[in-house]
Amino acid sequence: MFERSWTDGLPVVPPTAERVRKMLGGTSRSADEIVVSVPPNLIECSVEKIAINAVMAGCKPEFLPVVISALETICTEEFNMHGVLATTMSVGPVFVVNGPIARDIGMNSGINVLGHGNRANSTIGRAVQLVINNVGGGGPGGVDRSTLGHMGKQGFCFSENELSSPWPSLAENRGYSSSQNVITAFTGEGPRLVMDQKSRTPESLIRTLAEHLISTVSSRVVVGMDAMLVLSPEHSARFHEAGWSKDRFLEEITGMMMIDTDNIIAGSGGIEEGLPAELKGMSLPKFRPGGLLLAQAGGPAGLFSAIIGGWLNGPSGSEPTSKEILL
Amino acid sequence: MTNTKVLLDPTSENAPAERSLSKRPETLIALTVGLLDISKGRGDIFLNRLEEKLTDTGIKVLRFKKPTFTKPAPVDLRHEIASKCDAVIEALAD
Repeated sequence: MFERSWTDGLPVVPPTAERVRKMLGGTSRSADEIVVSVPPNLIECSVEKIAINAVMAGCKPEFLPVVISALETICTEEFNMHGVLATTMSVGPVFVVNGPIARDIGMNSGINVLGHGNRANSTIGRAVQLVINNVGGGGPGGVDRSTLGHMGKQGFCFSENELSSPWPSLAENRGYSSSQNVITAFTGEGPRLVMDQKSRTPESLIRTLAEHLISTVSSRVVVGMDAMLVLSPEHSARFHEAGWSKDRFLEEITGMMMIDTDNIIAGSGGIEEGLPAELKGMSLPKFRPGGLLLAQAGGPAGLFSAIIGGWLNGPSGSEPTSKEILL
Repeated sequence: MTNTKVLLDPTSENAPAERSLSKRPETLIALTVGLLDISKGRGDIFLNRLEEKLTDTGIKVLRFKKPTFTKPAPVDLRHEIASKCDAVIEALAD
């Protein structure tokens, strides 16, 4: 199967008819239903084809609805998976699952949440990438032109720790209720750690977070690229215990990330990279309105959070996209 | 006795249509050359210079631009280039 370019370089589970039949038992949708047109070759893809690739990725049948919905989020004009594949930047689809299904299928939102060790987290994103490769024809070195890539392109999916937070979840911020099963796709880099082990007040910690976020992708990029901040339980607690709402957090951090363009004009500081000279004398936000996504997850101990840098946003790039998961 | 295992095909099962490249012109003289800017930073600098050089040689040049480099060129744009030009040069720059 590796020699046929059907894998991502790791061993896969052989997709026998019996295994695929069992996988199809995980969804109420019929095997021959066409659910997406998969980029880059825009191939119409049935539930059965997704099930075959889900078997190969190591999914359990109960993961299949999440895999199907994940594909429905990225195989859209707004998410622009073709562009996400083709870019030389190191990005790929990052999936966040909200709602009861995350707990029902045993997803990890705790220790090592952005790492390995949980079957659902590890295989759902992997199945999606196998579909892109095998059905859509988008593999590394072909349409995938990433200069460096990142390990999350093997499959990057996690759930939010929404039960222990008083703040609304990512899905609730995007218009869904806490009882709905929702998947959100974001075009992201690998995660980068933000360390602050000393701050005991929200006023101090938020400054650390803002300082790190300003350097996302490049400290000379403003407005055009989004980011996802994964706030750990101990960092979140600083804000929860002080009575801060999520809205207040986002409002205050946005205010701390207004950039004086004179400092990032091309040539300033002896650096040729930067904004064109006509943008001198302005104050611009690091992120467009709504361009900072926030998820809460991670192990109970550790004063760290993570930033997942984004890619070109909006109609000329990729929009974060959410969808309710159809069981 | 052989132990044969049948696997289901995870691919699209489509064989892409293969088309041969158009014949390359031996000279650009008397032809119309399209210059396609893919909207990447500084692609225009490269194409402006190419336009100067081609125009100086008496070659007719038409300029085109993709709305964004992150998506394939729209069908209408591709059709316009194909119907108006004998050759096209696409610029990628950074």
